[in-house]
Amino acid sequence: MTERPIVGWMVRVIVFVAALAVAAPAPAALVTAPQQAPAGQSEFVPIDELPPAEQLPAAPLLIAAYAVVWVVLLAYVWSLWRRLGVVEKELADVARRIESGQRRA
Amino acid sequence: MSNKTFLAVLVVAMLLFAVAPLMIAWAPYEATMGLVQKIFYFHVPAAMAMFVSAFVCGIASALYLFKRNVRADRWAIAAAELVALFGLVVLISGPLWARKAWGVWWQWDARLTSTLVLWMIFLGYLLLRRYGGPGSDKLSAGMALFGMANVPFVYISVNIWRTVHPTTNVVMTLSPGMRGAFWWCVAAFMLLYVLALAARARLEDQRARLEELYLALDDDLA
Repeated sequence: MTERPIVGWMVRVIVFVAALAVAAPAPAALVTAPQQAPAGQSEFVPIDELPPAEQLPAAPLLIAAYAVVWVVLLAYVWSLWRRLGVVEKELADVARRIESGQRRA
Repeated sequence: MSNKTFLAVLVVAMLLFAVAPLMIAWAPYEATMGLVQKIFYFHVPAAMAMFVSAFVCGIASALYLFKRNVRADRWAIAAAELVALFGLVVLISGPLWARKAWGVWWQWDARLTSTLVLWMIFLGYLLLRRYGGPGSDKLSAGMALFGMANVPFVYISVNIWRTVHPTTNVVMTLSPGMRGAFWWCVAAFMLLYVLALAARARLEDQRARLEELYLALDDDLA
């Protein structure tokens, strides 16, 4: 095979693949309409009673959110307390070593 | 902060947190979102604590960079860690609320994306301080200034761009029943933030003191 037919064949393959890449999303775009995000709420409106359909599904998410907040905050407080304890213990130890060194001197 | 002041503030914060669930339970339900809207009473105060901490970190970093105030750098580290902490609370409680309110866990809208970026900036600050080696203190201080500058953009993003997240107007227009619970939780979170900042800064002070003592010990041995 000569060089020019090979190049021509490669160009044809590249053009075919490029055409596929451009044409492939078109059916999907025709089927699904672009979705616009709803506008954010600008006001919370209070009500006295929850409609029945609202009550159960939200509860697990609400409980999970509060549980996560408590766990994260308590874990941090524990971590801080532990780190402070380690450093203060080491401080006392080093201070003692300096003091004993000075007494020997 | 003296030990007595710390304990007094701690007791008040614990009381506020103990009463907060009652305040939240007494608050009325919201017409559109129902029960799940009550995540608001922790989600927004945590976000406020995150923003305040980003400002504290930025200001302390500026003092360290331009005035060579070493103590300010310790406060900056403490504040950066709290940005990461409260940011985690916001980024977990938010999607739990979103799942019910919007039907999705996450949306790449302006508010959510910019909050995630802000959180990652301060995670980057902490990684830099931990693993960056010499010079990382000044580099991270520069990052903190950038992070602080981001906060106003995160706040106003919901008002400028079309976003599914509620706008900043919801806080100003809260009904009396919701207002009391909300500001109660804000007070509780802010007190908790002040306590955590003081304790974390004390940890950095103690670490610095330990370093000085080790140097003194080396001198003695020499």
